[in-house]
Amino acid sequence: MNWWQRLFGSERLEQELDKELRFHFEQQVADNIRAGMTEEQARRTTRLAFGDLSQIKEDCRECRGTLWVTSVAQDLRFTLRTLRRDRAFTVVAVLILALGIGANIAVFSVVDTILLRPLPFHDARRLAWIAGNNGIGALSDTTFRVDAYEEIRRRNQSFQDMTAYMPFFASSDAKMTGSGEPRVLAGVWVAGNFFPMLGIQPQLGRLFTAEETVKGGRPAVLLSYAFWQRQFAGNPAIVGQAITLNNHAVTVVGVLPASFDFGGVFHPGVKADIFSPIIMDDDIRNWGHTLSMIGLLKPGVTLAQAQAEAAVVYPQMIAAHPDWTTDLTIKITGLKEHVSGQLRRSLIVLWCAVGLILLIACANLSNLLLARAAARAKEFAMRSALGAGRSRLIRQLLTESLMLASMGAALGLAIAYAIVLYLSHQGSIALPLLSSARIDAGALAWTLLIASVATVFFSVVPSLRMSGVNLQEALKDGGHGNSSGRKHDRMRAALVVSEVALACVLLVGAGLLLRSFLRVLDVDLGFEPSHAYALKVDFDDGGKADRRGAILQEMLRGVRALPGVEAAGISDMLPLDRNRSWDLMAKGKPYSKTTNYDAFVYIVTPGYLDAIGMHLRRGRDISWSDTATSPPVILVNEAAARREWPGQDPIGREAIGIGTGVTRVVGVVSDVHESSVEEAANPEVFVPITQGGPDGAELVVRSKLPPGALAGSVMSTLRSMNPGQPAVELRPIQQLVDHAVSPRRFFVLLVGIFAGLGLLLASLGIYGVISYSVTQQTQEIGIRMALGATQARVQFGVISRTLKLALVGIAVGMMASFAIAALIASLLFATNPTDPVTFVGMILVLVAVAFIAGYLPARRASRIDPIIALRCN
Amino acid sequence: MEPTPKFDLPQGTLDLLILRVVALGPIHGYAIAQRIQQISRNALQVQQGSLYPALHRLQYKKLLTAKWAESETGRDAKFYELTARGRAQLKSETESWGRLTDVVALFLEDPQGELS
Repeated sequence: MNWWQRLFGSERLEQELDKELRFHFEQQVADNIRAGMTEEQARRTTRLAFGDLSQIKEDCRECRGTLWVTSVAQDLRFTLRTLRRDRAFTVVAVLILALGIGANIAVFSVVDTILLRPLPFHDARRLAWIAGNNGIGALSDTTFRVDAYEEIRRRNQSFQDMTAYMPFFASSDAKMTGSGEPRVLAGVWVAGNFFPMLGIQPQLGRLFTAEETVKGGRPAVLLSYAFWQRQFAGNPAIVGQAITLNNHAVTVVGVLPASFDFGGVFHPGVKADIFSPIIMDDDIRNWGHTLSMIGLLKPGVTLAQAQAEAAVVYPQMIAAHPDWTTDLTIKITGLKEHVSGQLRRSLIVLWCAVGLILLIACANLSNLLLARAAARAKEFAMRSALGAGRSRLIRQLLTESLMLASMGAALGLAIAYAIVLYLSHQGSIALPLLSSARIDAGALAWTLLIASVATVFFSVVPSLRMSGVNLQEALKDGGHGNSSGRKHDRMRAALVVSEVALACVLLVGAGLLLRSFLRVLDVDLGFEPSHAYALKVDFDDGGKADRRGAILQEMLRGVRALPGVEAAGISDMLPLDRNRSWDLMAKGKPYSKTTNYDAFVYIVTPGYLDAIGMHLRRGRDISWSDTATSPPVILVNEAAARREWPGQDPIGREAIGIGTGVTRVVGVVSDVHESSVEEAANPEVFVPITQGGPDGAELVVRSKLPPGALAGSVMSTLRSMNPGQPAVELRPIQQLVDHAVSPRRFFVLLVGIFAGLGLLLASLGIYGVISYSVTQQTQEIGIRMALGATQARVQFGVISRTLKLALVGIAVGMMASFAIAALIASLLFATNPTDPVTFVGMILVLVAVAFIAGYLPARRASRIDPIIALRCN
Repeated sequence: MEPTPKFDLPQGTLDLLILRVVALGPIHGYAIAQRIQQISRNALQVQQGSLYPALHRLQYKKLLTAKWAESETGRDAKFYELTARGRAQLKSETESWGRLTDVVALFLEDPQGELS
C-alpha cells in the first residue's frame, strides 16, 4: 500500500487497526480465562495491560507518514471556517491581492513575450539584423541593393548564412482574382533561404524549391496560416492548386504554421497573407535599395566580431563598386535587440510600476491583518492559554495568509488571463510579438513566486505581532481601552505612509507619461488626419504616364462629384505609413559621398495636398498640365528647402536626384511628420504622378460623411470605371496616427491604470486606519463631546490626523519621485522630468483623496452620541 | 504472579526480535508477543503500545507484509510475513548485532581486569 492509498484509504485502515487490536484483546482475555480468571477479572487485567488504546492507535497512525497532511488539512478547514465567518475581510483581501497579482502576471507575460523570451526561430540567439547606413534613416537607407546583398553574403566570414526580405510591401502586394471579388493580398517577398534559415517548417506542403527562386522558374507562393483559414477555410486541398495573382497563375506550394507571425516580429501592425520568393535576377536588381538583411552568426562568433569584420571588409567592397552610391556603413545588432530593444526601458518601467502596485497591495493587506489582529487578540490569547504553542499560532496565521494569497493568486491569474487574451488580440497596438503573449509555464512560475513573496511581505509583521501578544494584558483588556494600541497604531501609520509614498511615485510617473502623451497628440503633424480616409485604388495604365494621367484625372473627377466629398487626391504612399527615399540635391552643389542627401518621395496627383490637409506655403500646387512631356517639376517641404537652399527662395531652383534629369521646384509645403509623430520631419519631395512611377496608389478622400456611407459611393464610382477594382477597406487617416502613437498610448494607459489602482489602494489604507482609530477612540471622543467639544472640532481632529499621515507620505513620495523621474526622462516627450504642473497636480490629487478617505470616518466620529459611547463600557 | 524482571531493550532491538519471530512463518500480533515472551523466558514483555506501532512501521517500510486469515481460534486475524527485503534486513541486522555483542563482550570479559 503506497502513501496515497494510505492517505485516502484511511477509513479502511482505521477499521483494520481496530479489528487487529480487538483480536489481540480477545485472545488475551481468552488466555487469562484459561489461566483461571473469571471473565470479568480477565477483561479488567487485559484492559490494564493494554493501557491507553487511543494512544496506541495514534502511534500506529503516525507510522503511516500521512499524519502531517491530516493536520494541515485541519488547519485549512479551520482557516476556511474563520475566513468564511469574516466574509467582508476575506473578499476585500482577496480582491486587493488579485488585482496586485493579476496586474503583475499580465505585465510579466508581456515583458516575457517581448523582452525575455528568445524569438520563435531556430537558433534565435545567433540571428542578427544587418542594417545599412549605420541603421539610421528611412527604409531606403537601411536596406541593401541585390548585388550588395549577394556580395556581402558571399564575402563575409562571420555568418553561417544570410537571408533577406523586401520591406517595400506595396510592391509585393498582389491582386487576387478568380475567386470571388478581386482583392488585394498583403504579400511579402522573401529570399529562397528565408524560411529554412529561420527554421520555419510549413504546416502543409513544402517551402520553395531552388528552381522556384530563379528567373523563369515556376511561380510559387506560400500562404500564411491566418490567410489560409480566412480565405480557404483551412482546406488542405488548396496546396498544389493555382491561384491567380496579378493575372498570373501561381501555385500554392504550402501553408506556414500559425506560430509564424511575420508582422509581429519584423513590422508590428503589418499583415502578411502570402509569401513569394524573390527572383534576384529579375527587375528587382535595378530597383536600388530593396532588401532587409538577416544573418545567422557562425557558432561562437559574437556580434562585436561580426561588426569588426564589417568595418574592414565593407569599405573594400565600396571601393570596388563605384556604382554603389550609398555608403555601406553596416550596423549589426542582435535580431532580438532590433525587434524589441527600443521597448526595453518602457517595459522595465511598466514592470516596476506593477511591482509598486504589489507592494502597495501588500502594505494594505498587512494593515488589514493588523486591524484583524487587534480584534482577534483575545481569541489568540485564549488559544495560547489553552496550550497552543507560539509556533502553532504562527502556523495558523501563516496558513491563513497562504490561503488568502492562493485565492488572490487564483483570481489574479484569471484576471491576467483575460488581460493577456485581450492584449494579444489587439492588432492595432504596434508592439512586436504581442500577439504571441500567453499565460505559460513561466507566468505560472512567476505567479507562484510573487504570491509567496507577497505572503511573506504582508503576513510577517502581523504574525509576529499577534503571536507575541501578552496573555494577561490581552485577556484583561476590555477591548475598548487604547492602552494596548499605541505600538500597533504606529506600525499601521508607518504602513499607510509608505502606501501613500508609493502611490505618489506611481502617480507622478503616470502623470509625466500622460503629459508626454498629450504633448504627442498635440504635435502639428503637418496634415489633418480627421475626416480623411484612404483606400487603395487599382488602375491599368500599361506603364504609360499619359494614360495614367487621363485615368486618374477622370477617377478623381468622379469621386469629387460625389455628394459630401470635399477633396480627393492620390499619393502612392501615406504619411506615417510606408516610405521610401531618393537623393535630393540642389543643382550645382558640390557632391560628397559622405553627405546624406536623402529625401522622402511621394508621387501625387494635383489636389492631394488639400485631401490630406497639408499646407502649401509658397508657389503653386502641381497640376494636370505637368505632363510627361512638360518640364519636370517638384514640390519640396520646408525641411528640404532649408537643407538644400538655406536662406534662399527655393521656388524656381533646379534640383537633381529626383528622376533622371533636372527638376524644377514650383512650390514649398509645410513639414509633414512622415515616419514618426515624435521625431522632427525630414526633407520631403512631392513628384507629379504624371512625371514619376508611383508605387501603388492610395486615394485620399476628405469628407464629413460617416465612413460607412462614403465607402459605398466611392467604391461604386471606382467600380464603374474599373470593374477590376479590388474590394478594399476605407482606412481613416486617423488610424495611421493612432497606430503610430499606439505604443505610447499602450504604456500610458497601463501605467495610468496602475497609478489609479495604487491611489485606490492607498486611499483604502488611509480610510482603514483612520476608521479603525475612530472606533477605538469612541469612548474618548464621547468624553470630549460630553465635556463640550463641538462636532466641527471632532471632525477637524480626525481630518487633520489623516492629512498629517498623507502629507508625510507625500513628502517621502515626492523625494522618491524626483529620483524616479530622472530615470524615465528618456521616455518623456517635450516634458521636463521635474514638470511642476505634474508634481503639484499629483500632490493635490493625493491630498484630495486623503481628505475624502478621512472625511468619512470623521463624520462618523462627529456623530458619536456621548451618552451611548459612555454607556458602552 | 511473579513480578517480571524488566529491562529496556536497546533502541531498534524490538524490530530485530519481531523480524526474527516472523521469520519462522506467518504469525499474528498476539502470537508474536507470546512468542517473544516465551523465548525470552518471561524476561521480555512486549507492550501492545510498542508492538503494534513497530509492526505497522515495519509493514510500511515493506519489511513485512500482512494478510487477513483465519486464526487457530477461528477468528480473523492479521498475519504478518517477512518480505524478501525483510529477510535481507534480518540477515544483515543479525550479523551486525553479533559483531556488536562480540565487541562489547571483549570489553566486559577483559582478562587482565584493567578496566575493573
